[in-house]
Amino acid sequence: MSTRSNVLIATLAALLAVAAPGAFAQKMYDSGASDTQIKIGNTMPYSGPASAYGTIGKTEAAYFKKINDEGGINGRKIDFISLDDGYSPPKTVEMARQLVEQDGVLFLFGTLGTPSNTAIHKYMNAKKVPQLFVATGAAKWNDPQNYPWTMGYQPNYQIEAAIYGQQILQTKPDAKIGVLYQNDDFGKDYLKGLKEGLGDKAQKMIVAEVSYEVTDPTIDSQIVQLQASGADVFVNITTPKFAAMAIRKAYDIGWKPVQYLTNVSISIAAVIQPAGPEKAVGIISSAYLKDATDPQWQNDSGMNELRAFTKKYLPDGSLTDSNIVYGYSVARTMVQVLKQCGDNLTRENVMKQAANLKNFNTDVGLPGILISTSATNFAPIQAMQLMRWEGKQWVRFGQVISK
Amino acid sequence: MRAIGSWHVPSLVALVAIACLLPFFISNYHVFQLTLVLVYAIALLGLNILTGYNGQISLGHGAFYAIGAYVAAILMDRFGVPYWLTVPVAGAVCLVVGFLFGLPALRLEGLYLALATFALGVSMPQLLKYKPFEPWTGGVQGIVIVKPDPPWHLPINPDQWLYFFSLGFAAAMFLLAWNLLRGRIGRALVAIRDHPIAASAMGVNTALYKSLAFGVSAMYTGIAGALGAIAVQFVAPDSFTILLSISLFVGIVVGGLGSIGGAIFGALFIEFVPNLADQISKAAPWAIYGVFLIGLVFLMPMGINWAIRLCWARIASYRRASSAQLRSPITVSAAPHRRSTGDAPCPPEAMS
Amino acid sequence: MEELLNQVFAGLATGGIYASVALALVMIYQATQLVNFAQGEMAMFSTYIAWALIQAGVPYWGAFFLTVGFSFLLGVAIQFLLLQRIRGQPVLALVVVFIGLLVIFNSLAGWIFTYTIKVFPSPFPAEPPFGQHYVSAHELGATAVTLVLIAVLWAFFRFTSLGLAMRAVAQNPVSSRLVGIRVGQMLALGWGLAAAVGSVAGMMAAPIVFLDPNMMSGILLYAFAAALLGGIDSPGGAVFGGFLVGVLENLLGAFVVGNELKLVFALSIIVGVLLVRPSGIFGSVQVTRV
Repeated sequence: MSTRSNVLIATLAALLAVAAPGAFAQKMYDSGASDTQIKIGNTMPYSGPASAYGTIGKTEAAYFKKINDEGGINGRKIDFISLDDGYSPPKTVEMARQLVEQDGVLFLFGTLGTPSNTAIHKYMNAKKVPQLFVATGAAKWNDPQNYPWTMGYQPNYQIEAAIYGQQILQTKPDAKIGVLYQNDDFGKDYLKGLKEGLGDKAQKMIVAEVSYEVTDPTIDSQIVQLQASGADVFVNITTPKFAAMAIRKAYDIGWKPVQYLTNVSISIAAVIQPAGPEKAVGIISSAYLKDATDPQWQNDSGMNELRAFTKKYLPDGSLTDSNIVYGYSVARTMVQVLKQCGDNLTRENVMKQAANLKNFNTDVGLPGILISTSATNFAPIQAMQLMRWEGKQWVRFGQVISK
Repeated sequence: MRAIGSWHVPSLVALVAIACLLPFFISNYHVFQLTLVLVYAIALLGLNILTGYNGQISLGHGAFYAIGAYVAAILMDRFGVPYWLTVPVAGAVCLVVGFLFGLPALRLEGLYLALATFALGVSMPQLLKYKPFEPWTGGVQGIVIVKPDPPWHLPINPDQWLYFFSLGFAAAMFLLAWNLLRGRIGRALVAIRDHPIAASAMGVNTALYKSLAFGVSAMYTGIAGALGAIAVQFVAPDSFTILLSISLFVGIVVGGLGSIGGAIFGALFIEFVPNLADQISKAAPWAIYGVFLIGLVFLMPMGINWAIRLCWARIASYRRASSAQLRSPITVSAAPHRRSTGDAPCPPEAMS
Repeated sequence: MEELLNQVFAGLATGGIYASVALALVMIYQATQLVNFAQGEMAMFSTYIAWALIQAGVPYWGAFFLTVGFSFLLGVAIQFLLLQRIRGQPVLALVVVFIGLLVIFNSLAGWIFTYTIKVFPSPFPAEPPFGQHYVSAHELGATAVTLVLIAVLWAFFRFTSLGLAMRAVAQNPVSSRLVGIRVGQMLALGWGLAAAVGSVAGMMAAPIVFLDPNMMSGILLYAFAAALLGGIDSPGGAVFGGFLVGVLENLLGAFVVGNELKLVFALSIIVGVLLVRPSGIFGSVQVTRV
């Protein structure tokens, strides 16, 4: 052939070589994804005993609306379908099936509650639908070997309790520990972690383990029991309402132990204020998110963005509710994952990208706490920092501790 | 029951035919929902035997549902018992437990019995979480159950198979109840409900019948619980709170006390109306549910079943009246309920 | 010993809350022969109204009496608009109506006021009286309020003609009507009074248990048990039952079975007592003539 046609063929070949990967990297969708939208499913306890957590779902919905208003992700709007399961596992199963089989969502995200998520754990993995960033701190969500479609989010309760256990061993090795815990998966997981953190000294050091039910009106009796046991360290594993009651009662009966409080109840306006800020002085806890009412984040840019968002998209939301910061953080992480997916919106790729977060900063996490995942690590946040209540704000101390 | 009328048999056959064909025309998710409706219907039938026919109020039947569910789960998960065997065993266990509970309950009437059963319903989750029982019950984590596959390589999927499995049980339990209640036992139960003193004066062994009613009703609810556990594939203490007992109670009142058909209407109500309410209002769905409840009681205070019967009876009496008018100027109007010895329980009067 | 005293006093304090709600339950029973399962939620809703008033700047006692008045009207409204229309229907249907009211009030409160807990102020001083640390001034004050309420109600039913008329209507509406008593008005009055008592109970409880939509559900169970334990037709019995249940619950949890089985045992004991005295400790036994 003539040189001219050789060149022509060569150019065509070159063009094809460049265009071909592009042609093969075309859009790939699973059910729920299309050129214009991404359908995400979620279940939350909007009614029933755990209804206080419903704010998380509302925050997530508001955040996705904000993203949609700003043009969506890669040009696609998010259709966030959040259903009420009343914290009842059979209802969660029903709602999850509706979302996956009826509404055809791409994946489930941020489903709340350990029993609720346990109920759909096998189903989601059998159906190969991602169960992402579940809103529970149980340890079992980080198991990519056996459950490759499920991923947790927050530092799990056992890790946090183990950190407290270690701290007690370091600062007060002869302590007598009294534990107050909620009689459900949350409380029992914590207790387990605490005992692991104390190692073989657990048996000797823990002098009282006292539980309560979510349906109990007050826990005054439990606090009195703990005081009577002679404990001088108090590990307070309670949800916000009961945490406030416990802190107040302990102070009122004149019991002054070194108190460790779970991260779930560190909200200043939902726990510390009702209990009485002067009654909470000295309490140690840990955190991985910033508190929106904490004066030290007055001029923080990430928190300012959160405050502006809350003002515009969550007008009845109160910044005193730490659930808002949590919901905001998870939603931002989700948006990052979807951005990384690009045009490949298959369930497999969503899972792959979720396991491919490298030091992602949500802007509302504490300094030094970033989100990372990998194929063998399905625990996005594993670091926390200890802090102490000093009368007007939480003051962090020590290093950021990770697993 | 009332003597089978000429229209009863064809309509029942049609109903059964529809029930059998339906799963092949609807999605798996809806099949799952209908399976739950069948499960609730069996539970409501049990509760109706106790409260509707026998007049003993129970606000804690969720406890028997929980016992049935856990028996099935423990047998399947810890002892490898095949799923189809666990359901009758759960029924048997609940029969005994219900009877034993019914014995001391004989001393209690009305409100006080309501409290005792309420206490049972409220205590159940705490009992299920109790530490020494954990190796069996799985504690707060619960027990995960594997979904059974259709047997004999039938060309249907597991959801459809579970539906037919539950349908079979439901049909059997309904037949059993119909048989039980239209004969001597049913009359004895109703007599005890309406006038206990007269009943015992006539020689009815009230104590035995009342305890048996508890036992049988618990058995039904236990069977429902076992089927429900297999359908949902998971049991945990949080699945069986007092809300379940209240839902069952609401179900029989809305469906129609003292009727067998009421169980189905009630089951449809408690399964679908909460979802409907959720769709109407995301902000306060249970407020909508409450409005539905109150509205239904206003419109049909005796429950859906009796409201429908009343409608049919009125239509029948108009027909009779208009055909009688053709024959004679004197209008004959038939009363909607005709009590005779052969006829079945009428809706309960104001129960105290 | 110290712990025993602490537990007993803590039990009396919680028992005071149960007693006041039990009183409201008995009140409604005395007036209408029905147990109002929505009593707790109505009380909670009223407390939220009080909270909203206080947030708007109304001083405590102003908000208190305004709320009591509002609750009275709410009770009267429920009787006239709702219950009047379905009087005479089977009792169980009425119970379902109460359950409906329960979920409506609960859901509305959650929607309007959100589920985050709120602090409700107490009219009593913050310092514990007499320098001791067993009971706070509020707990003592709340108990005193309950006892005063009970005395006032007892006097009302016993010595006033209005109270007599209400009792007559509850026991025999037909004869009462024949004698000339306006049955509907008496029932409405009964409902209003019960709702008002409930709102006081709510406002006394909220400073202790914090205000949230689910505040009353745990309390209602024990209040119901207490009312029946004491005898559903005896206001004094209900209050006694409340205190008894509070102390019993604490002592069981602390010394006998531990907190994991406290609920089960407390309820079992109550049911056990009922088996021995099926009408409650102070209740009047119903005797039926054959």
